[in-house]
Amino acid sequence: MSGLTRRGFLAGSTAAAAVTIGAPFVHAQKRGGTMRFIAHADLKVLDPIWTTAYITRNHSYLIYDTLYGTDEKDQIRPQMIDKHGVSSDGKRWTFTLRDGLKWHDGKPVTAEDCTESIKRWAKRDPFGKLLAAHTAKIAPQDRKTFVLELSERFGPVLEALGKPSSNVPFIMPAHVAATPDSDQIKEFIGSGPFRFVKDEWQPGNQVVYVRNPDYVPRKEKPSGSTGGKVAHLDKVIWRYIPDATTASAALEKNEVDWWENPPVDFVPRVEQNPQLTTFVYDPRGQQGWLRPNHLHPPFNNKKARQALVHMVDQQKYLQAAVGVPKYFQTCPAVFLCGGPYESKAGAEGLARQDLARARQLVKESGYDGKPVVVLHVTDIQALSAVALVTRELLQQAGFTVDLQAVDWSTNLARRAKKDPPAQGGWNVIHTWWTGADVANPAVHAGVSGAGATAWFGWPEHGEIEKLRLDWVRATDRAKQKQIADQIQRLVLDEVLYVPWGQWTLPYALTRKVQGMLRFPAPLFWNVTIT
Amino acid sequence: MLQEVARRLMATIPVMGVVAIAVFALLHVTPGDPATIIAGDYATAEEVARIRARLGLDRPFLTQVAIWLGQVVRGDLGTSIFSGLPVTTLIGQRAEATTVLALYALLISVGVGVPLGVLAAWRRGSWVDRLVMIFAVSGFSMPVFWLGFLLVYVFSLGLGWLPVQGYVPLRESVLACLRHLTLPAVALSCIYLALIARMTRASMLGVLGEDYIRTAFAKGLPPRRVLIRHAFRNAALPVVTIIGIGFALLIGGAVVTESVFAIPGLGRLTVDAIVRRDYPVIQGVVLVVSGVYVLINLIIDLLYVVIDPRIRY
Amino acid sequence: MLAVVVLAGLLAPMWWTGDPEALQPAERLRPPSAGHWFGSDQFGRDIYTRTIYGTRVSLTVGGAVAVASLVLGTALGLVIGFYRRLDTILMRVMDGLMAIPAILLALALMALMRGSVRNVIIALVVPEIPRVVRLVRASVLSLREHLMVEGARALGVGTPRILLRYVLPALVAPLLVQGTYICASAMLVEAYLSFLGAGTPPHIPSWGNIMAEGRSYVQLAFWIILFPGVFLAATVLAINLVGDGLRDLLNVR
Repeated sequence: MSGLTRRGFLAGSTAAAAVTIGAPFVHAQKRGGTMRFIAHADLKVLDPIWTTAYITRNHSYLIYDTLYGTDEKDQIRPQMIDKHGVSSDGKRWTFTLRDGLKWHDGKPVTAEDCTESIKRWAKRDPFGKLLAAHTAKIAPQDRKTFVLELSERFGPVLEALGKPSSNVPFIMPAHVAATPDSDQIKEFIGSGPFRFVKDEWQPGNQVVYVRNPDYVPRKEKPSGSTGGKVAHLDKVIWRYIPDATTASAALEKNEVDWWENPPVDFVPRVEQNPQLTTFVYDPRGQQGWLRPNHLHPPFNNKKARQALVHMVDQQKYLQAAVGVPKYFQTCPAVFLCGGPYESKAGAEGLARQDLARARQLVKESGYDGKPVVVLHVTDIQALSAVALVTRELLQQAGFTVDLQAVDWSTNLARRAKKDPPAQGGWNVIHTWWTGADVANPAVHAGVSGAGATAWFGWPEHGEIEKLRLDWVRATDRAKQKQIADQIQRLVLDEVLYVPWGQWTLPYALTRKVQGMLRFPAPLFWNVTIT
Repeated sequence: MLQEVARRLMATIPVMGVVAIAVFALLHVTPGDPATIIAGDYATAEEVARIRARLGLDRPFLTQVAIWLGQVVRGDLGTSIFSGLPVTTLIGQRAEATTVLALYALLISVGVGVPLGVLAAWRRGSWVDRLVMIFAVSGFSMPVFWLGFLLVYVFSLGLGWLPVQGYVPLRESVLACLRHLTLPAVALSCIYLALIARMTRASMLGVLGEDYIRTAFAKGLPPRRVLIRHAFRNAALPVVTIIGIGFALLIGGAVVTESVFAIPGLGRLTVDAIVRRDYPVIQGVVLVVSGVYVLINLIIDLLYVVIDPRIRY
Repeated sequence: MLAVVVLAGLLAPMWWTGDPEALQPAERLRPPSAGHWFGSDQFGRDIYTRTIYGTRVSLTVGGAVAVASLVLGTALGLVIGFYRRLDTILMRVMDGLMAIPAILLALALMALMRGSVRNVIIALVVPEIPRVVRLVRASVLSLREHLMVEGARALGVGTPRILLRYVLPALVAPLLVQGTYICASAMLVEAYLSFLGAGTPPHIPSWGNIMAEGRSYVQLAFWIILFPGVFLAATVLAINLVGDGLRDLLNVR
């Protein structure tokens, strides 16, 4: 573990401690107020199952509730559920809802609402699909109880239901959840601590929420998405200000209170301002990826792919994409540094750049000099930066490079093309993921070796696929850890993708804002403003 | 006259048709489609295909054009693929900000540009003339966003006089609305100001050479009176024309200005829609903006008749 | 001043510059100093070097857009002006294209094509053409009735010949003036496209995209957008003044 995680962790935990000390009593008096929040993106889609967009996930945390949540220490704890029971063979799970759950229109939340919501989610989410593949039946037993019958043992049932990031199994009314998964939902009734004000929603500009006065929070102290969701704010207004310079000026001028995604270069400026402060909300942060296309030369050759591992200097990538060393760390672990599956297995090559070795491997791979097509996303600054770094390193490793400038939308369409690079396909793409989405073998899209149905790049590797199934069927921690290590070793040896580092970004806030929770998404309960 | 108006209005229909079809065709050969954006990171090819089918994107091009034109004729611009809101609602939410911004900028440019142009023409060849023209042309030469940042830096962060960003609707507070739009309007008007000052100068020069002006000066009328009452009234025609032509320029500048100042206007709406390939929104906005452009130019043509009685249809 | 800028661009490698694309993350966001005259950007690239090299790209874009739209617009305008049957249809198309704000049209065209200098030029030329066509057509229509042209026609001179011999020379002056304005505005619009994320690919320095990339850093590193901005403004100003001068000289109204 490197310095960053500790620093990040400390920063986070002091802030969390401050909140806990003052929390229940002081907050009771700080009820009210309006939060003006600059969101990281424009909320365009309101269906968190239809899209994986983080902005839609964040929106949904305000208005929907979940059966289980994930706390600060990655433990799954009940939220809407009062208690659950498991049969002795581990195949029959009974869930009972807690009292007082009501939809925003006043109707009570029923077991059927939950089963319908889970079914719709399991049609789209990969973790959900895995669960569905092991499920014989899921059905309500009475108004407050439902039963999940597994066809085979499935270790992470609660991890799936308490999944913190996209797609999150949010619970919606049964008639809304009955919408086909290829259509968007048209009603936005949740049972969460805030209500969505549809009339004031202006896509591209603002989203408005008001407190749900009927919400009954749990009694426990809040932690992550678990515990009591006590809404203190009367109103939450999300603004969309895409230009960082403008957003920063707005925060300094007190025109907004909370900026979700300050580019890291702005952070020192925020820290120097006595009126402002920062908050590290997700100490594990994000993981960057360089993904080769396994279908076409040169990267259908294992040696050429291995050259990528030796070529990569994570420090250089992070400096270009993130910039401020305090907030990034080099990390060769596939399942994140600072997570339960952190490992050095098979990571020697990635830990140290070795261009000579990379050049050697390129030669051995029989590379024929055809240009390597790198998609260069120009409208997202960090991705634009890393493509430039990759271009330089690929050239140093002996490849010729064709850097193709595309906007994000074109990138999404291009990366889905399996054609040869010369005919509209590609060789290398870049992206990054929130830590929660790469935290274990079930959710991590980059470790799938399922060939045609794997994430873009389409690596095919039967052994990895088998190991992933073993992982979801394993029920004890030690066994799961051992399988995860094996997967990491194979992923880095076969080079399914190359992680180029891990970083975390803080929120920037005025000092009037307190009570933020550590979680991959911004949460608005427990937060106060004076 | 009325007949002429009707004839001209009819003539705009093919123009709008060209706009509609050109935009439609352009979008449909553009790579990237909304289905892949919606489907997200985990989607399989089948899921994307299903979403495409739901959105009607898998139909033949001509069928899509026909369906859309059918809707447009009925005044329905369709719904946004992403937010599911009607395009007319989205345009309604945004139109006010852009309109007020454009008018405000226009006011500033005419208010400053015309007097400058008159002044430069009157003092032709002097240092005043040169200074005015260089000032006007420099405004035109600076990128709008560059100027925008500069203004924010000085007037918002430095002096704290005006807000940095955002928009307050007119009905909430006229004053707040204008305060929010002052910096953007100043930044935006710079493009326009140069054009107007230049055009005013040029056409004033033409008029000032005429006999009746010389006579007016010779009669000993005060220069201000001669310049405004006699000269400018006759020089106004080309200036009005440039306002029409400049509208497209103004909208172009508004796209950038709205981005810098986070103003919820039509420009940002279109840029966001292009970036996401939200076809109905792009088509709707471009159609509306082009329609306004055509209409403004039509009105200006008709204004000629009012300003200059010599023109008859 | 224009000559200095052109010279700077042509001879970029001779002006004590380095490699405009070399990334040096360790040297990022340095203020102007002896090592980096204009400071460095967020990748540690030298702004001085990039600005000087950017001159080439920006001038190429401006010049190419002006020449291409003049040539294509003039050709179309002449044809339209002389063949009345085409006139109605093509002018409606031109009016339609003109009604779409140029920057939106260019933006849509850039979404259609891959980001490259050539495609930026194409995206900027398309919206310019109708404006040139209008200008040319208007002149042709008035010249058609001119005695000289009627006389030539009476003598049995073919249409193409009339266009080349009698009409084109009369168009040179207004087109030259128009060209300078197109050139100036193309350089600005290229910057706007970059600002909106659809301009010249970021690794190729142009004044526009140096500023576009630096815009998030205005408060932290103003020099990134200051210097290319000054270059751009000065050059556009110079070109505009040349245009104004030409107009007065050639007496174009």
